[in-house]
Amino acid sequence: MAIYKSEIECASHSYIRAIQSARLIKMVENAYKNVSFYKKKFDEIGLAPADIKSIDDIEKLPFTTKTDLRDNYPFGMFAVPQRELVRIHASSGTTGKQTVVGYTKHDIEIWAECAARAITGAGGTKSDIIHIAYGYGLFTGGLGLHYGAEHMGATALPVSTGNTSRQIKLFLDFGSNILCCTPSYAMFIGETIREMGIDPKSLRLRAGILGAEPWTENMRKEIENLLEIKAYDIYGLSEIAGPGVSFDCETQNGMHINEDYFYPEVIDPETLEPLPYGEYGELVFTCIGKEALPLIRYRTRDICALISEKCGCGRTTIRMTKPRGRSDDMLIIRGVNVFPSQVEHVLLELGMTPNYFIVVDRKNNLDSMEVQVEINSSMFSDTVAGLESTKKRIEAALQSTLNVHASVKLLEPGSLPRSEGKAKRVNDLRKLQ
Amino acid sequence: MSVLQLSVFVENKSGRLAEITDIIAKANIDIRALSIADTTDFGILRLVVDKPAEAEKTLKDKGLTVSLTEVIAVGIPDKPGGFADTMRVLSEKGISIEYMYAFVTRDTERAYLIMRVMDNETAASVLKENGYELLSEESVYRM
Repeated sequence: MAIYKSEIECASHSYIRAIQSARLIKMVENAYKNVSFYKKKFDEIGLAPADIKSIDDIEKLPFTTKTDLRDNYPFGMFAVPQRELVRIHASSGTTGKQTVVGYTKHDIEIWAECAARAITGAGGTKSDIIHIAYGYGLFTGGLGLHYGAEHMGATALPVSTGNTSRQIKLFLDFGSNILCCTPSYAMFIGETIREMGIDPKSLRLRAGILGAEPWTENMRKEIENLLEIKAYDIYGLSEIAGPGVSFDCETQNGMHINEDYFYPEVIDPETLEPLPYGEYGELVFTCIGKEALPLIRYRTRDICALISEKCGCGRTTIRMTKPRGRSDDMLIIRGVNVFPSQVEHVLLELGMTPNYFIVVDRKNNLDSMEVQVEINSSMFSDTVAGLESTKKRIEAALQSTLNVHASVKLLEPGSLPRSEGKAKRVNDLRKLQ
Repeated sequence: MSVLQLSVFVENKSGRLAEITDIIAKANIDIRALSIADTTDFGILRLVVDKPAEAEKTLKDKGLTVSLTEVIAVGIPDKPGGFADTMRVLSEKGISIEYMYAFVTRDTERAYLIMRVMDNETAASVLKENGYELLSEESVYRM
């Protein structure tokens, strides 16, 4: 299969190291000069940009976390003035404050190129219709794949998410070749197609580029059977760029990282020491190619391992395994990042006790989230209608903060376990391993 | 002319009703009438008892969510059409019922209704004007 930019994707290790070194030096200078947060951090540990002479020096650099982005909300981490930005995206943060990311024209260009590499990795060509059923908006999914499709000269079909019957009608009428959406939505579309009695072999669909939420090899097989396609994983996070940070090739054996733009490390989340290739730990990225948001050693909280062996597809870029968990308590529900602390925040705002328990499950291949809360006398009513309206009020408040639906279950006071120390607040029943 | 009813929030899990009513039994409280409203997740147990204030305290002390609501207790003729007549009297005056339950006693002449309406006073006077007997707290508790 074709490779989008073989001079990079199949380059020698030393060539890639040279590019990474040059870009890291430039990026560190930019961050030090234009982001007061980094200048302060460097000065505190007595590090000067000149101390970074090659990519080998990366371990001297400090880490960046999501909290740093939140503390500098909204534009404090940007290395360029707002007038240089051509796009802003945002995702939900831990306490209702969003994580804001900005892109210069150059940043959008490299992100689009990375997404184009991913589409090519899934067998896409410029003659294909790329059916994009990720959400368009502040979320990076829709626009990320959209610009990738256009970058390679393919036909982007910006359907966005939802309205499944229309999605299927477009498959039939337009002959979409590659479906881009979350894996759970791909399952749902596949099941709907089967229910409608449509033979997926009669469609022109041949691949899916699926990501934005954790999924398993079993789900991959199910999606491939339901839709009669090959299902490719794509990884990304808005802080680093968006979808296309890494992607599956036809061997489906670890995602190739676009390491000429995003330098990966895996660290021990406790000691913060870098781990050797093959060992599982927290994935860390340095955005060596970006202008607006030059994040240094950004801790993704995703747990995975790096694979350095050459891939059967011919690409030499380093690969990462599917993330197999998180080093924090973030949940990904239907592609949306949810932190338990957000739920707590909503309950306190409503004047309720912060005693809650979250149960996440996957029903009919769609993530579901239930928030169990203890009732108190001020919420209690002797009528069912009164209690139902309390429940709806909490559900509406959760929806507006989390951007995803959660059903509320009212419990008797004292029925949730009280634990000493860190309370267990979440039970994730989705079988992802 | 109203009677106090206890409403108790009950999670839908087996054995819960036995546990709650056992608390009342141990406090030597007698149940006069009861009903349960249920949804898939939870239920509301509604009780008319002989000692409502005591029952409320006992249940609250056990950590349950309880409220006291004023309801109407009315005696109706225990014969075919007796209930239908009562409902017609109320509906003609535009009084709607939030919920209701019925019970009978050793008195074979009459059946009794516990009713929760928006406006107790209006409902009570409508019933009285039509010759119905409203029960006082004491008479219900002593039944």
